[in-house]
Amino acid sequence: MPNQIIKGQEIVNDDWTVLRLEEGQEPATVEIAAGKVIVPLTVWQAQKEALAARAEIGVWLQSDERPEELKGELDKFSVVAVNFPKFTDGRGYSIAYNLRMRLGYTGELRAIGDVLRDQLFQMKRTGFDAYAPRPDRSIEDALKGLTVFSETYQASVDDKLPLFRRHARTAGAREHNDVGAGI
Amino acid sequence: MYQYDQYDHLIVRERIAQYRDQVQRRLSGELTEEEFLPLRLQNGLYMQRHAYMLRIAVPYGLLSSAQMRMFAHIARKYDRGYGHFTTRQNIQFNWIELEQTPDILADLASVEMHAIQTSGNCIRNVTSDEFAGVAADEIIDPRPYAEVLRQWSTFHPEFIALPRKFKVAINGALEDRAAIAIHDIGLTVVKNDAGEIGFKVMVGGGMGRTPIIGTTIREFLPREHLLTYTEAIMRVYNQYGRRDNKYKARIKILLKAIGAEEFARQVEEEWADLKGTEETLTLEEMERVIAYFQPHPYEQLEAIDPRAGHEDNKAFANWLSRNVKPHKQAGYAAVILSLKKTGVPPGDATAEQMDFMAELADRYSFGELRVTHEQNIVLADVKQSQLFDLWKEIKAHGLATPNIGLLTDIICCPGGDFCSLANAKSIPISAAIAERFDHLDFLHDIGDIELNISGCINACGHHHVGNIGVLGVDKDGSEWYQVSIGGAQGNATAIGKIIGPSFSAHQMPEVIDRLLQVYLRERTPDEKFVDTVQRLGIAPFKEHVYATPINEPGRLVGEDEYA
Repeated sequence: MPNQIIKGQEIVNDDWTVLRLEEGQEPATVEIAAGKVIVPLTVWQAQKEALAARAEIGVWLQSDERPEELKGELDKFSVVAVNFPKFTDGRGYSIAYNLRMRLGYTGELRAIGDVLRDQLFQMKRTGFDAYAPRPDRSIEDALKGLTVFSETYQASVDDKLPLFRRHARTAGAREHNDVGAGI
Repeated sequence: MYQYDQYDHLIVRERIAQYRDQVQRRLSGELTEEEFLPLRLQNGLYMQRHAYMLRIAVPYGLLSSAQMRMFAHIARKYDRGYGHFTTRQNIQFNWIELEQTPDILADLASVEMHAIQTSGNCIRNVTSDEFAGVAADEIIDPRPYAEVLRQWSTFHPEFIALPRKFKVAINGALEDRAAIAIHDIGLTVVKNDAGEIGFKVMVGGGMGRTPIIGTTIREFLPREHLLTYTEAIMRVYNQYGRRDNKYKARIKILLKAIGAEEFARQVEEEWADLKGTEETLTLEEMERVIAYFQPHPYEQLEAIDPRAGHEDNKAFANWLSRNVKPHKQAGYAAVILSLKKTGVPPGDATAEQMDFMAELADRYSFGELRVTHEQNIVLADVKQSQLFDLWKEIKAHGLATPNIGLLTDIICCPGGDFCSLANAKSIPISAAIAERFDHLDFLHDIGDIELNISGCINACGHHHVGNIGVLGVDKDGSEWYQVSIGGAQGNATAIGKIIGPSFSAHQMPEVIDRLLQVYLRERTPDEKFVDTVQRLGIAPFKEHVYATPINEPGRLVGEDEYA
């Protein structure tokens, strides 16, 4: 069975391979297979020249790496991925936010690693549009994680308007009318 | 107080559905305990020593009588008939079944309450001054801004898995009653020369293993930028806060590591991109939220002396002097209901007391109550003319102990009796001290003093800022207590200094007694305990406490090396 990921709101087949360095492998010398490969940031930086010439290449960031490292290069990638080494490591959300909001990345932004159903909603909000749930979990179940809330209070990447700008919210009427003072 | 609109209701409803599903997945085994842990924590559910504990959010400590009645209902239906008010102005129940938690949330939602982000590595319940809106020294009511922050931080997608818990306190008065200096972010309302409202922003305060007083990183933040600036702080912290060691993961450690100036620079740089974006508060939004916190329809009254007609009643006079606070509206007063009766764990209230307090709120105080971070309850808007009647009523229910701010008004965490983090018990220590000094004349003579007790280094009992702080420590499986003095909260926040080797539980009342003896000997007229300590240093106290052994079979004072 081909690899599957969630893209947008759908389960799709995926022909990308994520390269993870094994012990002893060096970013500068690791061999990169042909085809669609998502390489670690360190590998991209070490083998930039050769990789930039390839038709389709992706890069992934570890949660302690800086998206600013890719400034000016983001249009070279068909996919940028952010790794969640542990589902409790929330740095990936800020990385995604910065990729979208500060660096203007518009391509596929994929969450990889320890990706579980209950994170998908906040991943979507912070700018991810593709998710590779942990392979030991049902991808159909994970899909349900994207539609948990129909309203949110604050702005993020998915909606630049906070609730108070999206909707007219009216103060509950009080029983007396001395409202107005006090600002 | 704030009232939910359709969106607040919708979000809380969807939360319950989400959480109910998570509980089901846990029970079916689809979620491992490890995976469920952060999910339940973000919903205030802890696994404690004996059972699950559920912590319910009381935003900035403000409650309606209906909400208080719901606590009584939860205590009866799902717990053992009581609840515990905490230093975070929340309430927690100690004997909860996991399977019942979704139903409890549904009950809470019916009175516009929830347990969202009362725990876990996210932005916690925002706390504030229990006298907000009624204090005479208030610049502006901080609660609308606390509410704006509450909404903004609720399920913030980017800050739901921070390096550690994150606590924000906001104060709107000249005097700090919200302990802002010991919070990750402490905000104080200020007005600039042009009369505009803004905030002084402190960052990096906190207690725990490394107590640090917060540093001001911005003297004036115009109020419309509250959310974007907070977001900038959070983003810097989320990216750079340490994650390798949970004790070093708080923002205070980051601030210390890179320096407050560098931290402020990074925040300003982050903020430069955020300033003026759509998250900037609009005048309409501020007015909408402020409208919920308008003063009550007070009667036009003359200030009176509540003692008049009761001149001979010393008990009433004691209560007036300790438990009744001034109010900005003439003829009104704020009343503190003491949850510190000797023999009762500090902050505990029974279901009957909760129902009764709700009824009092309806009859005496516009149906509202507040939870204080000292673990008492406030009726903020009582007519002075009704104080005597109120006092008579609450006396019968054990809520009139005239000890607010006195030695027996102890801040105390649940400690080893309940909490699985604790190294030592704290409630029995508090009880033994309260029993030893259960003498009102003596307590009133000692005057203002803060005794804070924590059962472990996490410092839920705020021991670092107690005038006397007691910290439970574990040594080779037995419980010991380390004592510090000179700590203070408020405008002159200070971290207490440890006086020396620690003590056994049985020695603690005598240790307190000896500390007080030095104070009584050395004090100048009208000098508070903490001022004497700060004037003299800890040396005379230390000397007297350790001068002669405190009798207890097999043990001498200070025989261990905890210092």
